[in-house]
Formats: sequence, structure tokens, C-alpha cells
Amino acid sequence: MLSRRIIPCLDVRDGKVVKGVRFRDHVVMGEIVELALRYRDEGADELVFYDITASPEGRSVDRGWVERVARVIDIPFCVAGGIRSVEEARAVLYAGADKISVNSPALERPALISELASAFGVQCVVVGVDSLRDADGEWRVRQYTGDPSRTQALPRRTLDWMVEAQQLGAGEIVLNCMGSDGVRQGYDLQQLQAARAICQVPLIASGGAGAPEHFRDAFVQADVDGALAASVFHSGAIAIPMLKQWLGGQGVLVRPAAKTDDSHD
Amino acid sequence: MSVVLVDAGGTNIGSVRYALQRLGVDAALTADAATIRAADKVILPGVGAAGPGMARLRELGLVELMRSLTQPVLGVCLGMQLLCERSEEGDVSCLGVVPAAVRRFREQPGLRVPHMGWNRLNRRRQHPLLAGLGEQDWAYFVHSYAVPVGDYALATADYGGEFATVIASGNFHGMQFHPERSASVGARLLKNFLEL
Repeated sequence: MLSRRIIPCLDVRDGKVVKGVRFRDHVVMGEIVELALRYRDEGADELVFYDITASPEGRSVDRGWVERVARVIDIPFCVAGGIRSVEEARAVLYAGADKISVNSPALERPALISELASAFGVQCVVVGVDSLRDADGEWRVRQYTGDPSRTQALPRRTLDWMVEAQQLGAGEIVLNCMGSDGVRQGYDLQQLQAARAICQVPLIASGGAGAPEHFRDAFVQADVDGALAASVFHSGAIAIPMLKQWLGGQGVLVRPAAKTDDSHD
Repeated sequence: MSVVLVDAGGTNIGSVRYALQRLGVDAALTADAATIRAADKVILPGVGAAGPGMARLRELGLVELMRSLTQPVLGVCLGMQLLCERSEEGDVSCLGVVPAAVRRFREQPGLRVPHMGWNRLNRRRQHPLLAGLGEQDWAYFVHSYAVPVGDYALATADYGGEFATVIASGNFHGMQFHPERSASVGARLLKNFLEL
């Protein structure tokens, strides 16, 4: 059977991995390739790199580091950040990324999702959704969240957008629950459950992981396929090998952390 | 040893190439028939859809060449599906060197398509391609279409039922998962192919 995925997320700015709290106040966490290798060795199932300032700055991902990562990493990785066209996506995929994730540009022009799906197959196309609950109780999407001064609240309801994204050809959806992001109080289970009910493609939880129980709850209660986290991994608060061992003991099927193997140099 | 990657437009060519480099092999990317015919090992990578994949091989004039190869050939992911007789994806005829028809995962409650993530390889037969592989090692998959189990299946995986994950039919081999992205298990399987 398919295992549940543990996915460290590396926010990239100016060639470094950074982390903010509630998408603001970024501090440098380390070098891209160094962190990528560390997570590979610890048994991460996949990595996601967000070039968080690409979209607000109106540019695409810097392909130099995508290629550097692809050369050394032997687990899958997804790249996001300002990909606005099939040609830009192709360049990132050719540089060695396994999947590309689109967020703000897909909101600007939803047809981008179907163009990417027909060019590369739905399995390459991840749609990232930044979502926040508004005062009226509705979850709605946010755009350009990489830059707080440009972040926009859109009238589009999160769940409506998820349905539309799947119809257009999203092969996976990462739901970033911004209200819980960076504060380590747990994933937004209520929102994830609502998303799961309408999501036929793999669903990845993002925002709020602070303890091993939070991962278990997202897998068991919201039936997500993967759980993404950043600060708890970067800071060392949660070590992936121990997390996976603990999840295994809780009945969650995970791939055991990588063994040291001399066939990999 | 010369190893070539057939440039059929697949987007995972870069990562397959890097994986081979990590094993000390510099594989040339080519669509040249003479270069492919002369290689010791031929790898057909591919991410994308069956229709465009076959169309690209036809445009390059490589369909008959690929069928006639006698050295070890490895199709990866879509590359493996292209070795089969036909694919439900776009209802296209494929190379037909492996007696199988590629099918989409059938809708089932709770079964998400694409099949994306790490799943266990259940070994079905002994074969040099599987040397050093455990009974249930993990590999990374991303696909919506799959090859059914048949005599050619060396290993399977379970996703709403068993499907073929490693195949061999004569000199033609296939891996449905991404060995270039399957950590040390994938590296071992690629190494095994290079040593066939």
C-alpha cells in the first residue's frame, strides 16, 4: 500500500532557505543543497522548494539551484515560484524537478493549470492553495503571499477553487492553512477534512505542525496523503527518523527512514 | 560502456541522467538512430502522456528502431508503458515489445489517482535486475496508468489491486516507479540494469 508522505518544505529567498511566521518576518535557515541532502538522509519522502519572492517580483524560479539540487538528490522534489507558462515549467522540469507547483499565477489565469497538465501530464502539476478563514466564516484564497505588502484576499472560496483546479488538471493539491502556519499548534483539521471531502487527487496538509501528534491527526483524521512542514524540521524540534518511527507505532503507514547504504555515495 | 538516454521529450531526462552520473556513468542524450543502435544500454525515460510520447518517437523515426533493439533496454515510468502494445491513455498503439495493455487505475472509494508516493515493491520472480532488492523495498511512484500483472512482471505493487512495477520481456525491461527518485533502492536497481 501507498505510504503517507513526510515533506519538508524549504522556502527559498535569494538562494537561501528562509522561514517566516504566518508568512512574514523571514529568517535564514540554511543553504539549499545542504538542507536538501540532510533531509534526504533523514528519510524525507519528498521535498518542496518555494521560491517565495518569485511570484510577487514577477519573475520565474532561478533554475541554477534547481539543477544543483537535482544533481545530488535522489528523492522527488517539487518546485514552486512564479511559474507562469508551459515554457517556464518545462525549464524547471528539465533542470531536474519532478513536479512544479503553481499558486498565484494559477489564480491570475486558471487555464495555466490545464496547459501544464496537457503538456506534462497531471502528475507533474501541483496546485498550491493559500487559504485563510474570513470574518464571515468562509475559507477564501490569498494571492502573492510571499510578500506581505502585496498579499491579496480574493473573493474565491477555497473549496470552490480546489474543485476548479482539479477539473482543470491539478494532479495534487497542497493546502496551506495560513491561519495555523508557523505557530505550531497543529494542522487545521477542520479545513483539511472539508478539503479532503472534495479532493480526489492527493492532498497535502500544510501549516501548523508542531508535534508528532499533529502529523498523526492530519493523516488519521483528515486522511491527507502527505504532511508538509518547515520550521519544526529546520530547527530540529522534530527529527524525521523519530517522527516516522513514532507514526509507524501509531498505525500510520510510512516508509522507514533511510538506512545508511553504501550503494549511495 | 556506452549508455544512451532516448530523447523522446520526457521531462525527467535530467534527473535520470544525474542518477546515472551518481553511479559513475555519463549517459548521452540522443535521438540519433545510429547512436542508439550502437549503445550498450538504452534507456527510454519519459514523463507525460502516451500519445505525445509515441508521436515524438514517430516524428524522430525511432519506432522501428526501438522495436528492433537487441541490447538491454529500460523504459522508466511512461517509458515502460510505451514498451507495451497499447495504452488506454489516448487509446494509442505503443511499441508492442511487451505483451501488455496499459490501463488507467479504476475509480475506487479512497483510491486517489494519480498514484503518487512511496509504495512497496513485492518481488514476484528472481531476476538479475532485482539483485540485492529486499522482499518489500520502497520506491517512488507518480502515475495514473499502469501495466497489469503478467508473466513479464518481476515485481508488483498494491494500489487498489496489484499491478506490474518491474517488467522484463526478452531484452526489454521497465520500471513503473522512478528509480532516479527512489533513494538507495532506485540506485541499486539502476546499477543492476547497467550490469545486465
